[in-house]
Amino acid sequence: MSASYETAPEVNFAYLDERTKRMIRRSILKAIAIPGYQVPFGSREMPLPYGWGTGGIQVTASVIGPEDMLKVIDQGSDDTVNAVNIRRFFERTAGVNTTTRTHEATLIQTRHRIPEKPLVEGQIIVYQVPVPEPMQRLEPREAETRTLHGLAEYGLMHVKLYEDIARYGHIATTYDYPVMVNHRYIMSPSPNPKFDNPKMHMNPALQLFGAGREKRIYAVPPYTSVESLAFEDHPFEIQKWPVACTQCGATDSFLDEIITDDSGSRMHVCSDSDYCQTRQDEQSSVAT
Amino acid sequence: MYVAVKGGETAILNTYKMLAEQRRGNTDYLELSVEQICQQLKLSVDRVMTEGSVYDPELAALAIKQASGDLIEAIFLLRAYRSTLPRIGNTCALDTARMQLDRRISATFKDLPGGQVLGPTYDYTQRLLDFTLLANSQSERTESSPKTSAPSMPPEQVPRVVDLLNQEGLIETFTCPAHDPDPIDLTREPLRFPADRATRLQNLARGDEGFLLAMAYSTQRGYSHTHPFVGEVRLGQVAIEIEPEELGFAISIGDIDITECEMVNQFAGSKTEPPQFTRGYGLAFGHSERKAMAMSLVDRALRADELGEAIESPAQMQEFVLSHSDSLEASGFVQHLKLPHYVDFQSELELVRKMRENNPAEHAHSQGPT
Repeated sequence: MSASYETAPEVNFAYLDERTKRMIRRSILKAIAIPGYQVPFGSREMPLPYGWGTGGIQVTASVIGPEDMLKVIDQGSDDTVNAVNIRRFFERTAGVNTTTRTHEATLIQTRHRIPEKPLVEGQIIVYQVPVPEPMQRLEPREAETRTLHGLAEYGLMHVKLYEDIARYGHIATTYDYPVMVNHRYIMSPSPNPKFDNPKMHMNPALQLFGAGREKRIYAVPPYTSVESLAFEDHPFEIQKWPVACTQCGATDSFLDEIITDDSGSRMHVCSDSDYCQTRQDEQSSVAT
Repeated sequence: MYVAVKGGETAILNTYKMLAEQRRGNTDYLELSVEQICQQLKLSVDRVMTEGSVYDPELAALAIKQASGDLIEAIFLLRAYRSTLPRIGNTCALDTARMQLDRRISATFKDLPGGQVLGPTYDYTQRLLDFTLLANSQSERTESSPKTSAPSMPPEQVPRVVDLLNQEGLIETFTCPAHDPDPIDLTREPLRFPADRATRLQNLARGDEGFLLAMAYSTQRGYSHTHPFVGEVRLGQVAIEIEPEELGFAISIGDIDITECEMVNQFAGSKTEPPQFTRGYGLAFGHSERKAMAMSLVDRALRADELGEAIESPAQMQEFVLSHSDSLEASGFVQHLKLPHYVDFQSELELVRKMRENNPAEHAHSQGPT
């Protein structure tokens, strides 16, 4: 096995140099001061590919300290390949302790999910964001969308949602469902399923969003209003499942469908692996 | 029965092992040295240095070796290496009129001061596979090429074609902006729109050769009209100079190989400008003519706004070109689709089912033919 992969290279704590971290922290502070506003920052080329969490990694690297307890999840799970890879990256470059337990973590980096267990004050959750601009698919020119945000001119988005209702009878967006932050900026919640949107509202934890490829950082400070866009006669709804988790019996968590044989039989399992495991452990300790 | 997917870390470590084996290939054959890559795959090295934004043939060759010859992966490795290096300062602007030329051609004038110098090029080769190379021997042509063809060596200073045209006032000129401001460093600051020309050129210089080639080609096929002529392509060594504040004068810190292209384009004039020729500019490290030429065509197309031309084609649109030119950004985001998307897909599954329930036509269809 190639030795270069095994030994931690001679790099600064959490990889980034201190000047770069300061630059990123300044952007984070600005983002916190203007909730939902996308702050351009000098995104660096990281040793992991763009689109694979470089924004989240840079934000995490800028706020992490030696005392932090880090949790990394992808699709809700600590064990998916990219979560494992990013956790290893910080174990090697920062030597921090890591955990899979949501309540033990001081810092959580995530892709596409918010843990089921409610976050608490003092925790920071860092979202990896592929496309920070919620209107990009409606208006690809950044110079235009920047102006629309500046003027709080969000007709484009409301018309899109209205057209969904006219065509399908409901809003046909299931993940990356746009939210209004602090009654001012429309924001992409990152491609979380809309199931997770209500968790962002008035959350006691600090929520930071990093988009490395698109070079933007934005934030939702603790206890900030985050409303999913909707109409009075078409209120926002989250996904529901008619079944429970096969492993832990949960009926209140986001369930992934898993194909179990060639004839397409399905089972449903919690996407949040820590939530599922904790519930199973509790059940077995009660049983014994 | 479903088994929770664990042990990702071991699986990842195994991929490293298999990758290392694949890279090395059959160990009955000698391992390729970085120096061999430097010497014998020069054009690969040049491309990796150009798009990797690092002039270091040895590091570029190392990256090519480590990437098993995948040049975009090699560019990635070099960029990631350069990312956290400190910036010490800026060099003085290159004076390409003082280049030591290896090659210099103009398509606009049959002969000109300094002459046409063909130099090393594939342009006039007949693309027949050379089986003598397969037999592991030097082909006769290269062996017999006399190293002493010095008489045709161009003089020290060869004026640039655009400067010759300028004597008649037929071509636009650029005056250096007041105080000669440092250009934005795209590796330190995010790209913002609208981007000025210096920033655009920096983006194009780092841009993917294939992408720029296709964009340039599109301008020749009716997606914007630029009527281009190669004013000049030149290849050679140019001195890099810095001017330390405490010194007050420029000192040379070494020479680099570069390829420069000045594209000359017809321009019918506007309300403020008389009819004249306009310019598109391309510059690349090493010997990278395709890249430099494509870059100069795209640079010219992107000046549509400044020259009052209608912006109708992708190559003229800043946001389209500059946001999609970078191979790292493009490769990363396209390939991120390999990452797990279970949650998003689950959400879409639910949506499609819901839509089908609500759609009577589909519903009837799913019941089977009646």
